[in-house]
Amino acid sequence: MVNDVAVIGFAQSPSVPVTDGTTNGVEMLVPVFERALAQAGLPKSDVGFWCSGSSDYLAGRAFSFVAAVDAIGAFPPIHESHIEGDAAWALYEAWLKLRTGEADTALVYGFGKSSAGELRRVLALQTDPYTVAPLWPDAVSLAALQARLGLDAGLWSERDMAEVAARSRADATTNPLAQLSGKVDVEELLGTEYVADPLRVHDCAPVTDGAAAVVLAAGDRARELVGRPAWISGIAHRVESGSLGVRDLTTSVSTTASAEAAGGVDGVEVAELHAPFTHQELLLRQALGLGSSVRINPSGGVLTGNPMFAAGLVRIGEAAGRVFDGSAGRVLAHATSGPLLQHNLVCVLEGAR
Amino acid sequence: MKQPAAVLGTGQTHHRSKRLDVSMGGLCREAIDRALADAEVDWSDIDAVVLGKAPDLFEGVMMPELALADALGATGKPLLRVHTAGSVGGSTALVAASLVQAGVHRRVLAVAFEKQSESNAMWALSIGIPFSMPVHAGAGGYFAPHIRSYIRRSGAPEHVGAMVAVKDRRNGALNQYAHLRQSDITLESVQASAMLWDPVRYDETCPSSDGACAMVIGDASTAGGRNAAWIHATAMRTEPTMFAGRDHVNPQAGRDAAAALWKEAGITDPAAEVDAAEIYVPFSWFEPMWLENLGFADVGDGWKMTEAGDTAIGGRLPVNPSGGVLSSNPIGASGMLRFAEAAMQVMGRAGDHQVDGARTALGHAYGGGSQFFAMWVVRSTKP
Repeated sequence: MVNDVAVIGFAQSPSVPVTDGTTNGVEMLVPVFERALAQAGLPKSDVGFWCSGSSDYLAGRAFSFVAAVDAIGAFPPIHESHIEGDAAWALYEAWLKLRTGEADTALVYGFGKSSAGELRRVLALQTDPYTVAPLWPDAVSLAALQARLGLDAGLWSERDMAEVAARSRADATTNPLAQLSGKVDVEELLGTEYVADPLRVHDCAPVTDGAAAVVLAAGDRARELVGRPAWISGIAHRVESGSLGVRDLTTSVSTTASAEAAGGVDGVEVAELHAPFTHQELLLRQALGLGSSVRINPSGGVLTGNPMFAAGLVRIGEAAGRVFDGSAGRVLAHATSGPLLQHNLVCVLEGAR
Repeated sequence: MKQPAAVLGTGQTHHRSKRLDVSMGGLCREAIDRALADAEVDWSDIDAVVLGKAPDLFEGVMMPELALADALGATGKPLLRVHTAGSVGGSTALVAASLVQAGVHRRVLAVAFEKQSESNAMWALSIGIPFSMPVHAGAGGYFAPHIRSYIRRSGAPEHVGAMVAVKDRRNGALNQYAHLRQSDITLESVQASAMLWDPVRYDETCPSSDGACAMVIGDASTAGGRNAAWIHATAMRTEPTMFAGRDHVNPQAGRDAAAALWKEAGITDPAAEVDAAEIYVPFSWFEPMWLENLGFADVGDGWKMTEAGDTAIGGRLPVNPSGGVLSSNPIGASGMLRFAEAAMQVMGRAGDHQVDGARTALGHAYGGGSQFFAMWVVRSTKP
């Protein structure tokens, strides 16, 4: 018998193009911890396990997560761990800890200061170091290849992509923490210049600095702390080959497999998808088999604010928020990592348990 | 609620200062192939992969697990990447164990590596953030004052550090995979070696290695009646690098982790109940320091165990029979090597450096500025 685990609190920093804070996220994290713990009704001293996700390469120095621990005030010593990657995977590690009963509450956080370097170039270093990275294939150009493959296969059009951007920005008008929002005209978007054919500025997530935290609790502890926990009914992730030439870039078999392992998408009312490019939202909807009745990214999604290494965790927090406020009973969150949706995580959350 | 979990097999590479014969993927595969063979399983038996290594700047690759997915056999499976500084090899083993203990998977492959020759570790460690102390003296420069402070507080004679170096390097000579294998090293030769960071001499420091370690961790159904190393207790603790009042010589996080570990394992007298210990000792003086921090000796008495020969193979508590970090230090893998060597001891598969009759063993790792700790206790018997 293992514990049921629920999301009981969530907070994020404003998604901003540049923060004055340090690359270790401390300045952004302190207020985020405060708000997430307040929502969960959990004193900081009661957190049983801490886990974070971040990237030293983004920070431009080794061990950036070590200084982030300063934001916690970790004395007396804490039970803590760190994932090099998006904090959605840190949440996965925390979920394991709570299931085993080693802890009954956890705080998971992620942070990234993309403005410290040149993001699209830094991400080239995620590719094979011996044969690909030396060519410096920047992240936007790689995404453009994927978008082109889908266009040529008739899977989506440039208009479909622009419509995703317009809907995302319109949705973000109700999200005060979004970096981009507002009413935009699809025709106008289609009249703008390409940045990497067939991608235009609106097709690409903005470069964002930000941080986020999610509070988890197990079983009765979750019920004690909040009125309506968002129970994790399934969570799973799968990775695909790092060699871009050996996988079908117009679909995402790892997302499909993750969703299946997480219990499927039946009855999902809202989905928060981690799609840094407009065509990737279309691709993910197809891979997940989400019908037209499913509300996609009511927060505006990462196209309106993309805090690297926190953005996947934000999807889980945003989806849980729809359960907290009673607007949905079953929701799905998706996180991605690596070039062109290489590594995908699906988390299904429910109000009743 | 924890499901029983056990190490079913281990594997490691030959550690060298430069493994120019293999890529990162090849290095990992060398350890993985040995672990799979030792566990008598194949790729199809592995449900998930957990990879650990120290900072990405050590090789100059951002999140190398992404490019390594195929080489790790992770394609189509879950792949987690852990990074908790120098303790990462241990933490990686613990995350892999959690996957089994949580009932999520039946068999998990844990891998840790460092290919330090691909880049420059000293450089990667010397990029400071604004407002921090510009020490730029590497790990030895950071830890030397703590060691000096230990010697002052405990009154330990100066030759104790050299004794540890002699013991570990001679143990390393019994280990076919060790980087440094110095069967002829002597107290005199260590004491004659260059002083690097007073009181740390050259022969009292760890080498810089390329290397990898892998383990297959499985549940009770996969272990069956096999000879396995059952995981009886795990612990991790963290404290900040710097704050007024922090005890750098005997950190609270290490003491707390050890207390939690012994409690979970049902051990009341660690020095009497543990048969072999693989402790993270990158500078020789950390053996007596950690003996106290872990509760094997009273505060101030750790050096007495070392001086009495208790920590040698055949002694009361053999410490680092493999040769330890002083003999091989592929940083990201060093912690997992401690965990794997502990497992090898209780499985009776430690070869020439086997401790006779080892039934209970400790694997220990630390990282950062002695602030991240990861440990486990394994036994030859099921919990």
